[in-house]
Amino acid sequence: MAREKRRWVAYGLTVPSYLWLAVTVFLPLIVMLYFSFLSKMPFGTAEPVLTLKHYKSFLDRDFYHFLTWRSVKLGFHVTFFCLIIGFPAAYILARKVHGRWREAILLLIVLPFWSNTLIRIFAWTMVLRTNGLVDQMVHAIIPGAPSVGILYSYPAIVIGLVHSFIPYMILTCYISLQAIEDSMIEAGRVLGASSLSIFWRIILPLSLPGVVVGVVLIFVPVVGAFMEPRILGGRQSIMLGTVIEDQFTEVFNWPLGAALSFILLAIVMAIFAACYPLLRNRMKLT
Amino acid sequence: MTRWIAYGRRIVGMMAGLAMLGATSVAVADEVRVLNWKGWGTDEAWAVAEFEKQTGTKVVHDYITSFPETFTKLRTNPGYYDIVVLNAAFVEKAAREGLIQAVDPAMVANSADLYPDMRDTPQLNFDGKVWGIAWVWGGTSVTYDTEVFKTPPTSLDVLWDPAHADRVCWRDNAEDSVRFAALALGQNPDQPEDLDAIREKLRALKPQVKAFWKSGDEWLKLVAAKECDLSIVWTNNTEAAAVQDNLPVSFIVAKQGAVAFRDGLAMPTNPPNAKGAYAFMNYLISKEFYAGWVKIGGAPVSANSKAVEELPDSSLTRQVLTQPDAIKRLNFKGPLSDEERQTYLDLWQETKAYFAE
Repeated sequence: MAREKRRWVAYGLTVPSYLWLAVTVFLPLIVMLYFSFLSKMPFGTAEPVLTLKHYKSFLDRDFYHFLTWRSVKLGFHVTFFCLIIGFPAAYILARKVHGRWREAILLLIVLPFWSNTLIRIFAWTMVLRTNGLVDQMVHAIIPGAPSVGILYSYPAIVIGLVHSFIPYMILTCYISLQAIEDSMIEAGRVLGASSLSIFWRIILPLSLPGVVVGVVLIFVPVVGAFMEPRILGGRQSIMLGTVIEDQFTEVFNWPLGAALSFILLAIVMAIFAACYPLLRNRMKLT
Repeated sequence: MTRWIAYGRRIVGMMAGLAMLGATSVAVADEVRVLNWKGWGTDEAWAVAEFEKQTGTKVVHDYITSFPETFTKLRTNPGYYDIVVLNAAFVEKAAREGLIQAVDPAMVANSADLYPDMRDTPQLNFDGKVWGIAWVWGGTSVTYDTEVFKTPPTSLDVLWDPAHADRVCWRDNAEDSVRFAALALGQNPDQPEDLDAIREKLRALKPQVKAFWKSGDEWLKLVAAKECDLSIVWTNNTEAAAVQDNLPVSFIVAKQGAVAFRDGLAMPTNPPNAKGAYAFMNYLISKEFYAGWVKIGGAPVSANSKAVEELPDSSLTRQVLTQPDAIKRLNFKGPLSDEERQTYLDLWQETKAYFAE
C-alpha cells in the first residue's frame, strides 16, 4: 500500500517535467512538421493546401544535395577535432590532475559558455584574419613569411565551431573517465597489461558512453549550424543551415525551411542508426 | 482538411499572440508604435526624446529584418502598430491586402514641402487616395576604397575585374544580386528577361568575392579590417563609414546605373493612436528631424525639399547621388512578387553553392 502510494508520488513529481518537455520540444516540432506539408503559410488571404512539393524540391535540386553533404562533412570534421583534442584533455583532467587545480581547469573549460556565441565568433574573426593576431605573431617571429590569414575559409569555420563545442566533449568524457575506479586499472597492471592495452581494453570502453554523448551533442547542432559559417566562411559560407535560415528570414517560406530541416534531421538520425550496431558491439566488449 | 488549415492559422495566431505578450509592456496611454528597420532614422534616441518633449507622446519600436517580415508582422498583429515604414514599391500590395489604411495628408502639415514627384508618385497614390507619406530615398551602389582607387571607377565591370579578385564584399541578398547582374548585362533590373545569363554573370563573381555581409554592421567591420576594395552596399552606409568612422570609402553611380529605393510612412489599418501617428509622421518629414539625422552622418535623402538643404556640400550624398545626371541612372525598385522573390533566392543559393565548390 505504502509502496503504491510512493509510486504515485513519484509520478506526481515527474509529470511536470515530462509535460514541460512535451510542450517545449514536441509541440513546436509537430507544428513545424505540419507546416512542412503546406503549400504556403496560412497568413492573410493565402489558401494553403497540403502538398509534398517542398520535399520533392529537395530531390529535384542538385545543389541541396551538395550542401547537405557539405553540412554533414562539417559535422564530421568538427566532431572529429573535438574528440581528438577533447578526449586527451578530459583524460588528463580526470586521471592526472587533482585537487584545486582540477576545479580551476574545469572552470576555465566552462568559462567560454558564459559569453555570447556571436561575440566569440567575432573574436575569432579578429584572430584569424590577414593581419590579425595569428598573422602578426607569425610575422614577428619569421619576418617576410607569407600571410597566414585563414579567415573566410572552410578551416576558419571548423576552428570557430570546434572552439564553441569542445567543452561538451571535455565535460562528457571527463564525467565517464573520472568514474572509472582505480582498482580496475590496478587489476589490469597486476595481470601484466601494458599502458596501451589498459587504455584500449579498460579506459576507452568504460569511457565510451561519455564519448558517444559528446559526439551526439556536437554533431547534431553542427550539421545545422548557420551563424558561424556565415560569419567565418566568406565565399565558403553556404551550408544547408544557412539555406534553411534564408527560407525563414528572407522569403518567409517556412514550409520549405521546415521540410529541409526535417530532411536534415532524418539524415542525422539515419547516420546514428547506422553507427548504432557498431557501438553496441564495442560496448559489449566491456 | 480546411479544418486543419484553420487550426494552422489559429496556431500561427496563437504564436503571434504569445510573441505580442512578450513585446507589450503595460499599455502606456499615449504612445506611437512604429514598425521599421533597426537604426533607420525613426529610432534615433535624440529624435525620440525630442518628439516626446514636444508632444508628450512616447515612441515604441518593433523591428523587421526583411521585407516579407513586415507583411508577416502586419498580418499577425492587426491593430497594434501606428506607423509602418514601407518601401514605396510595396505600398500597393499592403493596401490591397487591407494591411494599411489611407492617410490624410492634411493632418501632416510638413507634407506641403515634399518634392511633388515624391509626394505624388503612383506608388503612394492610387484609387483616388493617398496611402503613404513620402519620407526618404536612397541608393544601393558600388563603394570603393579611396586609397586603392586614385580615380573612381565608372563601370560595374570593375566588380568582375581580375585586378580586384578576392577583394569584393558582396551583399548577401538575392534581390540585389539579381538586380546588379541585370544592370551589368544591360537588362531591366525590375523585369530581367534572361535569368540564365544573370546566373552565369553571378557565377563569374566566384574569384572576386572575399566575403558576404548581411547587416550594415557586418559590412562596416569588413571595411574597417581592409578586406575589400569594392562593395555592393547602401550609399548612406558608405557616407556613415566615411563621416563617423573616418574610413577611406566613397561610392559611385556606375554608367550602367544603380539601385534605388523610396521609403514611405504608412498607417496600418485601425491604428490604436492615429493622432499620435500623424504627429510623428509630421516630425519625421520635418527639416528639423532631417538636420539632426544629417548631422550624425549617413542619412538617406529626404523627400522634403526644404529639409534637403540641410545636406552639407561636403556630403557624398550631395556630391554623387543627388547629381542630376546620376539621378537619371538610378533604378527605383519596383514591386516583387513572392514567387519572383523565391525564384531569385533559389538562383542565389545555387550560385553560392557553386562558390563553395
